[in-house]
Amino acid sequence: MSTDARWSWLRELIRKPFFWGLIAIVALLALNVLKDPNYLALSINPVNGNLVGNVVDILRASAPILMIAVGMSLVIATGGIDLSVGSVMAVSGAVAMVFMKEAGESGSLGAALGAIGLALLVSAVLGAVNGVLVAYVGLQPFISTLIMMLAGRGIAKVITEGQNTSATNDPFRWIANGFVIGLPVVFLLAILIVLVVGFVVRRSALGLMIEAIGINPKASRMAGIKPNGLLLTVYILSAVLAGIAGIMSVGTVMTVDVSRTGYQMELDAILAVVIGGTSLAGGKFSIGGAVVGGLLIATLDKTIVFLGISSSATPAFKAIVIVVLCLLQSERVRSWFVQRRRPPQGRMTPSPAPVKQENQEVTA
Amino acid sequence: MTAVQTPRADSSAEASAVSKIVARVKRVVASNPSVLPTVAAIVIFIGMVIYGEVAYGRIVQANTLSNLLINNAHLIILAVAMTFVILTGGIDLSVGSVIALSSVAGVMLSNAGWDPLVVIVLMILIGTVFGLASGILIQYFNVQPFIATLAMMFLGRGLAALLSTQPERLSEDSPIRWLGEQFKVVDGEKVNDVVVTPGVVIALLVVLAAFFVLHRTRTGRTVYAIGGSESSSALMGLAVPRTKVLVYVISGTLSGVAAVVYTSRLGIAQNITGIGWELDAIAATVIGGTLLTGGYGYVLGSVIGALVLGLMNVLITRDGGIPPKMTTIITGGILLVFVLLQRAVTSKRHT
Repeated sequence: MSTDARWSWLRELIRKPFFWGLIAIVALLALNVLKDPNYLALSINPVNGNLVGNVVDILRASAPILMIAVGMSLVIATGGIDLSVGSVMAVSGAVAMVFMKEAGESGSLGAALGAIGLALLVSAVLGAVNGVLVAYVGLQPFISTLIMMLAGRGIAKVITEGQNTSATNDPFRWIANGFVIGLPVVFLLAILIVLVVGFVVRRSALGLMIEAIGINPKASRMAGIKPNGLLLTVYILSAVLAGIAGIMSVGTVMTVDVSRTGYQMELDAILAVVIGGTSLAGGKFSIGGAVVGGLLIATLDKTIVFLGISSSATPAFKAIVIVVLCLLQSERVRSWFVQRRRPPQGRMTPSPAPVKQENQEVTA
Repeated sequence: MTAVQTPRADSSAEASAVSKIVARVKRVVASNPSVLPTVAAIVIFIGMVIYGEVAYGRIVQANTLSNLLINNAHLIILAVAMTFVILTGGIDLSVGSVIALSSVAGVMLSNAGWDPLVVIVLMILIGTVFGLASGILIQYFNVQPFIATLAMMFLGRGLAALLSTQPERLSEDSPIRWLGEQFKVVDGEKVNDVVVTPGVVIALLVVLAAFFVLHRTRTGRTVYAIGGSESSSALMGLAVPRTKVLVYVISGTLSGVAAVVYTSRLGIAQNITGIGWELDAIAATVIGGTLLTGGYGYVLGSVIGALVLGLMNVLITRDGGIPPKMTTIITGGILLVFVLLQRAVTSKRHT
């Protein structure tokens, strides 16, 4: 019995859509350990008691990806897509940096809070534009967010007047570089936000309604779900989370590079969501899966740099992963596997073809 | 007497001709509302030319207009490519990065001493392979078009970065540069000449070929039919799978051609070339009156759309008051306006 219980626990885990994501993380870490046996070593900085190590770096780098992945998984669950997350990150970072540069006081908590508030507000407005275009005007999600993706970067350039803008502000810097109980603040913050979002959507009917829109918009409308307000909320939420991601990623270096901050992050977000087992066709989402996906991408990023490959080449690897995952999701590839698995099943149950013939005979 | 009367007769004849054209346009629009965006694009183009001439001058001039064609030859080719894809109701986001990969690879091969003809063929083939890959993913593995081509977009960009992250210069004596050389067709006063490059000729040939394929061949009718209703055209026995793959192959191949034209004109290739060109191509197509949902559209409209975008850049440069950084915002805004216009037109037809 005990062995049976152990197996069922394992089987449960294997059946989770993000199981292969976990395997991939372990595989990547193993690859790094092969190159450097001390890769996983953690040490405690004797001066301030913080954890130091490659794994901590990965956790820290995963924070912005977690943010946009969670937002994206909700958008994709409604059957939409948000291609503008990377640009929203750049806009949010630009707003925060310019605000703090104008404010000038390097130690002021007020300036940091003002910068964060303003950045999130601007992000929410951009998200609202997406949401209105999708929900109320009825445009295809990818075209309205594509416009925002390209125009957003232009907006960020206009805000910073095309230059890389730096600012100094210690409380703001602490968000991205600080440590609490030995762990990076930015990772704890990301996990906290993920938990809050997950709690809200899973402990209320919100998540169910979002999935209902994605599965069948018409049926969900007939069941009394008003899609417009929900869609608007989801796009605003995605943009606000992207804004937080932008603050996190500019905070590490306290500089916004309008052409590089958040560049191609939309791919990361989509990839994280797909790795997490959310179908791009919409209708289902898994916050836990998105978290695994985000961690996998952060590990992949660090591994590629660690192995000495140019970091601007990472999109190629990610694109290959996304193509493979899309192939695995497709009916055709699945049917190949089903056909191979069918013969042993055929002995147990009669194959469907003769049953049909019998039915025809009966009806005839 | 006659001398006085002729101008009046002329003007009245002119007026009646104009009103005839207006009436004709009105009739066409009334019978087929989907023409409206194309008509709007032509009106906007003429309006921009007139505004530019009045506000800045030197727009309706042989050299300005030939430069407009020379500088936008690649965009015209991309717009034609995008028209094929959007007509079937799909989208191709990979055109910009295919150009980056193809031109970086091409310049590097050419500098390594490869035969220019082989290099050009390879540059075009790179596009074909990318188009084929996205076509197969979309048709046979049911991947949504924008996801498949988004993956190809990042794949192309990443591969280009793997090849080189530095600007690669095409050597000065490379025969590929001949495609970007300017030839005087009509020698006007001072610098006011009619100039063409072989690149412009290639673009015009592409437009003519696309026009012929879309309107005079079975494949072209199938492209429109798929955009109208994919399942109906499959039930009619049209070659839906083959045509759907074909449009992406065409789009990829034409991206390769655009890469050749662009590289030959500029002589520099970089892995960040062509960022945002997919938006330009989509905008040109949509401004030209092709419905994003597919089924309606004209390849000549897309050419007008590309010229509208090109002229907009000229006007922004001439004005000098608008920072060039605003260009993507303005392009996005125009695209949005036209998508909304399409939305209004199509919803009118449905109700």
